[in-house]
Amino acid sequence: MRRSLVTLVPILALAIVLAACGETAPSQPASSADGSAPAASADATPPPTGDGRLALIRSRGNLICGVNDGLPGFGFIDEGGENAGFDVDYCRAIAAAVFGDPEAVEFRPVSADNRPTALQGGEVDVLIRNTTWTVSRDSAWGLFAPTTFYDGQGMMVRSADGIATLEDLEGATICVQTGTTTELNLADVFEARGIDAEPLPFGDDTQTYQAYDDGQCDAVTSDRSQLLAQRTALSNPDDHVILDEVMSKEPLGPVVPLGDEGWFNVVKWVVFATFEAEEQGITQANVADMAASSDNPVVQRLLGAANPELGQGLGLEPDWAVDVISAVGNYGEIYDRHLGPGTPFELERGPNALWTDGGLIYAPPYR
Amino acid sequence: MTTTHPGGPGEHPGEHHHAVPPWRDVRVLGVAAQVAVLLAVGIGVAFLVNNLVSAMAERNLSFGFGFLEQRAGFGIGESPVPYDPNDSYGQAFLVGLLNTLFVSVLGIVLATVLGVVVGVARLSPNWLLRRIASAYVEVIRNTPLLLQLFVIYFVVLVQLPPVQDSLSLGGALFLNQRGLFVPAPLRSPTFLPWFGIVLGAILVFLVARAAARRRERAGHGRYPVGRVALLAVPALAVVAWLLLPEAPFQFDIPVAGRFNFTGGLALSTAFTAILLGLVLYTAGFIAEVVRGGIQAVRRGQVEAAHALGLSDGDTLRLVVFPQALRIIVPPLTSQYLNLAKNSSLAIAVGYPDLFKVGTTMSNQTGQPVSVIALVMATYLAISLATSLLMNLYNRRVQVLER
Repeated sequence: MRRSLVTLVPILALAIVLAACGETAPSQPASSADGSAPAASADATPPPTGDGRLALIRSRGNLICGVNDGLPGFGFIDEGGENAGFDVDYCRAIAAAVFGDPEAVEFRPVSADNRPTALQGGEVDVLIRNTTWTVSRDSAWGLFAPTTFYDGQGMMVRSADGIATLEDLEGATICVQTGTTTELNLADVFEARGIDAEPLPFGDDTQTYQAYDDGQCDAVTSDRSQLLAQRTALSNPDDHVILDEVMSKEPLGPVVPLGDEGWFNVVKWVVFATFEAEEQGITQANVADMAASSDNPVVQRLLGAANPELGQGLGLEPDWAVDVISAVGNYGEIYDRHLGPGTPFELERGPNALWTDGGLIYAPPYR
Repeated sequence: MTTTHPGGPGEHPGEHHHAVPPWRDVRVLGVAAQVAVLLAVGIGVAFLVNNLVSAMAERNLSFGFGFLEQRAGFGIGESPVPYDPNDSYGQAFLVGLLNTLFVSVLGIVLATVLGVVVGVARLSPNWLLRRIASAYVEVIRNTPLLLQLFVIYFVVLVQLPPVQDSLSLGGALFLNQRGLFVPAPLRSPTFLPWFGIVLGAILVFLVARAAARRRERAGHGRYPVGRVALLAVPALAVVAWLLLPEAPFQFDIPVAGRFNFTGGLALSTAFTAILLGLVLYTAGFIAEVVRGGIQAVRRGQVEAAHALGLSDGDTLRLVVFPQALRIIVPPLTSQYLNLAKNSSLAIAVGYPDLFKVGTTMSNQTGQPVSVIALVMATYLAISLATSLLMNLYNRRVQVLER
């Protein structure tokens, strides 16, 4: 009898495991939404399709947003323990568009290394974590929404070392974060110019800059905005300079998992709405008035007073853009709040100015 | 049990008035349970594989290793074999594997030495030594390895002087926060001096064996083999040197460059940190294994050895250790496996090991399933090879049953 009891234990264990699998399986995006979506969205605007990620997010009640939690200005934990930053505000903007509530977000810290799996596994609804748009990532990671920040790779060095160009880095050790385009550009640029330098890789922002600050490497390379932001956290920020050379194009923006165009459209147009709002002069302060009284047809369409079918086409409320702008403001407001004058970074708008000001920020017509 | 059990079906049919029904028959139940387990495992595996295949199909992910031929495009700082970003992912993976093997093998050797020393020290009659060893074991075993790595790297090693103020020994050996730089022997124009050293080593080995045999036969008289070896090997090398017209050993001495030392052999801080971390951590566990093994040897053995006039050292070496090894080797194998697997924490201190290269590959190629499978298979192969070697050794040290 004892023998059969012993053999029963693994069966039981397996049964439990299988039962647990059975429980979690329906919560996968594809299958679960079928059952619960119609009930949840019955009173709201019907979504374009019943089983997409938008329906899943609605039934879940919050947006899962993959963010950085260690990059001042873009995605970090502020003094109050809240997620804050330029990228984080875009998470809030999307939550505002879907729920009318910018706080309906669950922030998931994602490391540079974990980004592809977080997207491929569908763990996050959207990844907004200073992620560079490339063709291979477009086909393997997820769909890239419009670029929210045009950046380029730079190199930070100690001013005392008298380094003026990349060529001066011959023989140097360069700290770099693994799993980034930066790591690849570093190899490309140095290879092309015949500079021999040694990369010192780290898996995490904090360690990368800690190692540089401690003198383990002579230079650290990353997106220029990131270098500016991280410089403020070094022990003596004034001892470090960022070289003028820009080594690459780094368009950073939100990414959504592959295979759901409906949800991709929502994210895309939330970003465009912040662009368009700045162009039309709609701000966090005046958005309610503008929605009620503007007679500009472009503003009326965007804020849903005219043509409510535009918002419904995305699966959102007609006045979703009002919720977005009142939650986070327009593009210029988000930029200034986190990166512009008055912040430690004092970043110029540069290529991130509106197209009307000679920049690259441009939204297609909302009609 | 089975033979005396009253009544399997068909067994001694006449002797039992009521045959045990199959649902109460131990043998039937046993077979049924095994079939059920097999089925459950099969269904479980099939479910998981099916889940993987359908999830990958849904997300347009492919499974394959074609990317190993593609250009890697990322640099690796430390490599025992030539590597540059134009090489393939396969080559990059090999670099990672070699780095992992390098740190693991060296780590296993050093951790064993330190572990045995600490383990013996824990049983030392010397109060202070015993206490220090105990404190070491308790601290090391009860804190996470990752934390220890950070302490070693960010607290200890980076506090060494910067490159400009390197500590120097005779202008040939340099220590700074980037690492330890030592002269590297250049390949000699002739192999004669090396031949001298190798010949010396072989000679010493043969003499030691002959001496041991003689002693076993005679029961007394020991040659100071160690001391002889220390003298003989360099002497032979020097003789070979004198036979040559020019200096045979030429060293590549590290030279301070603009940023760091070049030339010579470099022991980088990243490597030192992961090696030190693995050695200190695993030695704590090995010490306990060794202590347990020694304590399992019965006291009578030690007393008998002392009664025969063996010194403390000889008692340990000739009587206690050979018996303790039987108990030590199997758990020691687990510690070796742990060390090899823990080396995957190397990226925390910037050492490009197998896991780091794998992560970068998975990230750049967007094929996490293939890459993770490859990395898993590689660690599995390393572990199985380690186990195999240790099992062979274990067979040797076990008692021969008479």
